[in-house]
Amino acid sequence: MDAKQGKNFDLSSVFLPFLSIIVALAFGGLLVLIQGIQPLQAYRVLFATAFGSFDGIALTLAKATPLILSGLAVAICFRAGLFNIGAQGQLISGALASAWAGYTFVGLPTLVHIPLALIYGAFFGAIVALVAGALKAYRGVHEVITTIMLNSIVIALADYLTSTPFKEPDQPLTRTPKIQESAQMPDFLGLPLGFFLAIGLSVTLWWMMRKTTTGFSIETIGRNKNAGWYAGISVKKTVIISMLIGGAVAGIAGAVETLSITGRFEPAFNAGLGFDGITVALLGRANPLGVIPAAILIGGMRASASTVQFEAGVAPELVDLLLAMILFFVTAPLLAKFFKSRKENVAMTSGWSN
Amino acid sequence: MKTLLEIEGVSKIFGSVIANEDISLSIKEGEILALLGENGAGKSTLVKAVFGLVKPDSGSIKIDGEVMESGDTAAAIAQGVGMVHQHFQLVPVMSVTENLILGDEPKKFGVVSMKRARSEVLKLSKHFSLEVNPDAKIEDLPVGMAQRVEILKALRREVKLLILDEPTAVLTPQETDELLEVLRKLAKRGVGILFITHKLREVMAVADRIAVLRGGRLVGTTTPKDSDESKLAQMMVGRDVVLSVAKSPAKPEQVLLAVKNLRVNDDRKIEAVKDLSLEVRSGEILGVAGVEGNGQRELVEAICSMRSRLSGEVFVKGKSVPNMNPRAAHLSGVSHIPEDREKHGLVNSYSIADNLVLNRFNEVPFSRGWIRDLEKVAQNGSELVDRFDIRATSASVSAASLSGGNKQKVVVARELSQQLDVVVASQPTRGVDVGSIEFIHKQLIAARDSGSAVLLVSAELDEILSLADRIAVISDGKIVATFSSAEADRNTIGRLMAGLSA
Repeated sequence: MDAKQGKNFDLSSVFLPFLSIIVALAFGGLLVLIQGIQPLQAYRVLFATAFGSFDGIALTLAKATPLILSGLAVAICFRAGLFNIGAQGQLISGALASAWAGYTFVGLPTLVHIPLALIYGAFFGAIVALVAGALKAYRGVHEVITTIMLNSIVIALADYLTSTPFKEPDQPLTRTPKIQESAQMPDFLGLPLGFFLAIGLSVTLWWMMRKTTTGFSIETIGRNKNAGWYAGISVKKTVIISMLIGGAVAGIAGAVETLSITGRFEPAFNAGLGFDGITVALLGRANPLGVIPAAILIGGMRASASTVQFEAGVAPELVDLLLAMILFFVTAPLLAKFFKSRKENVAMTSGWSN
Repeated sequence: MKTLLEIEGVSKIFGSVIANEDISLSIKEGEILALLGENGAGKSTLVKAVFGLVKPDSGSIKIDGEVMESGDTAAAIAQGVGMVHQHFQLVPVMSVTENLILGDEPKKFGVVSMKRARSEVLKLSKHFSLEVNPDAKIEDLPVGMAQRVEILKALRREVKLLILDEPTAVLTPQETDELLEVLRKLAKRGVGILFITHKLREVMAVADRIAVLRGGRLVGTTTPKDSDESKLAQMMVGRDVVLSVAKSPAKPEQVLLAVKNLRVNDDRKIEAVKDLSLEVRSGEILGVAGVEGNGQRELVEAICSMRSRLSGEVFVKGKSVPNMNPRAAHLSGVSHIPEDREKHGLVNSYSIADNLVLNRFNEVPFSRGWIRDLEKVAQNGSELVDRFDIRATSASVSAASLSGGNKQKVVVARELSQQLDVVVASQPTRGVDVGSIEFIHKQLIAARDSGSAVLLVSAELDEILSLADRIAVISDGKIVATFSSAEADRNTIGRLMAGLSA
């Protein structure tokens, strides 16, 4: 029986994301058809726009960059058996902190200013996650509850800060001043620099999970917390480390967005990037490398949404709908497995092979 | 007598594993059939097929003459098959009555009538002479009682055939005897019983017929009259098994493990270990004999720093071991074979090799600084798989793919290969097949002979008697007596275990 189960896991780990995408596309196509538009035509435009030209690919990768990072933030916590729904709050915290660092420090060389602003982003993202991590480790408060609550707190706090102390002077909008030129992240080889940073972080974290003692500790408590405790791994410390890594990566996601796309912080920016991270992480099987293709796919759909409306006449909400359906079809079987495997005393990540 | 169950030529293959191959068996009314076999012999698969949880690839199953629709539990229940699972299917926070009526509640005006339910439960319990307190909560009941509720639950649906999957694995010797008595009573009433176990004593005590499985095939059927324990053991493993352990006299030297005035709470925050002291010397095995639930688990976990000590101290080689820090206990020289390998001992989805370094993945040579040396981990894995006779295709397969006995060997290999000063072995052969038991016993004796102090905690008195050099009897959280193995007497120890005076 065990042998059979092992086989199922391997199969589903590759198969399930593809299946859920195909099923979501099929349902989406049906809805497009109801609008009286050829679904294949709509999808052709969608994919041609996203992946058909260098400019298209550049835009796709720009959209994918924060998604890779927020996906990583969720994925690493998944590995430790933690459901970090708070990537959104951590991302906003990081975005605002990096914007502040970006406009406050004047006269720094670019090579210092950009890393400094990124560090600010990572630090303040991690601080938000630390609250949830510490509450989980020392008081046993479920991270889903705390991270959701923290999302609201961070959003409200960011609103307040941008409308009063950090507000750009002498204009009516609720937004921070623009960051210094020295903090703007340039393109590299025509592609956004942040994308390379995201890939680098993915590879680093993948390597960390595979090859380091920290990675092994995180993986162990994610799969069997009791065995981790028995084996002398500090469960509290590992929970906090995982949340800190997740929060820092989400913070970097916000910082990269600020430093390369928006150039300042405005409360309306970054909507949903952290939540898309959950979809990306699930689609990428909580694997630090798996989030890359998942984020590029979703980034591509986001990048081409307006073109699809323009050329094929499909409402841009179709993309949101498709994303929601992908999430639904990828989570439904996963949740079923989660509850089934909980019976067998196996953690959620056990089904997600590397 | 009517034939209740007829299994004909049932085969089931999982991937590359043949779980059942062409098995034919039958049970008559009022007959107790013991299904005997090592872990991984295919017992569970076979009974799951009978209960409709598994669909056989070929062959047929007839219940009371009717061919059963395979893979349909509801149909099996409707045809009068009841199953008592190894892991109870009870709701801990609900009362006995509530659990018993669950899914088929007696109603009055469309509302559940607890009064009627309660009297129904009393009637049921009286009818089968299985006493239970209908108002007790399941979580407050001892395991034996909870199992009784589980049996009643099956009986309430008028079962003709009752299947019990390793029912004694969780029971104390007394509870086991009570269960066997219950089974006899039920058989007298005409219920057919299919009883899975790998404990030979129980089979000899209660079965009318014995069917032995090995490697998915039926090796043979026999009766207790025509057989004895060593013959059955041979049938199970296909070779001679030494049930008593050969060992030289102990040569105890300096004290390596000392427990002084230890007090520990259990999970319910009730004091379970009460001012307990003991000493184990280098080169000896101290066996702790006792009925389960008398503080053994708490004692072991407190020694290994996994459970908080209220007061008292644990010394290894004269040095105090800090409280609530399993890592520190490990570093001060304590090996721990935990009672529950699935909960504490293994990460099932990890490879055997990773499991073999679970508590030293961050030590040289398995890591240098922050970086793990996966080559050394793999090397250690294949070495220990060979040395500890772990039956697996390689050390890189997942622990989940192993049978219970081989999983336990992984734990034993990890703990004993480290050659630490103190070995704490808790129920080291629970749920393990005969072949592996013998192997694990030899390893424990080898650890003793190499100078470790071994603390052996086991619910199996036979295991204690055959392995220990000194025997401490634990009752109600206290050591009530200590014997040398020469003066140990089964009856005296039994009385002390039961809380009586010797």
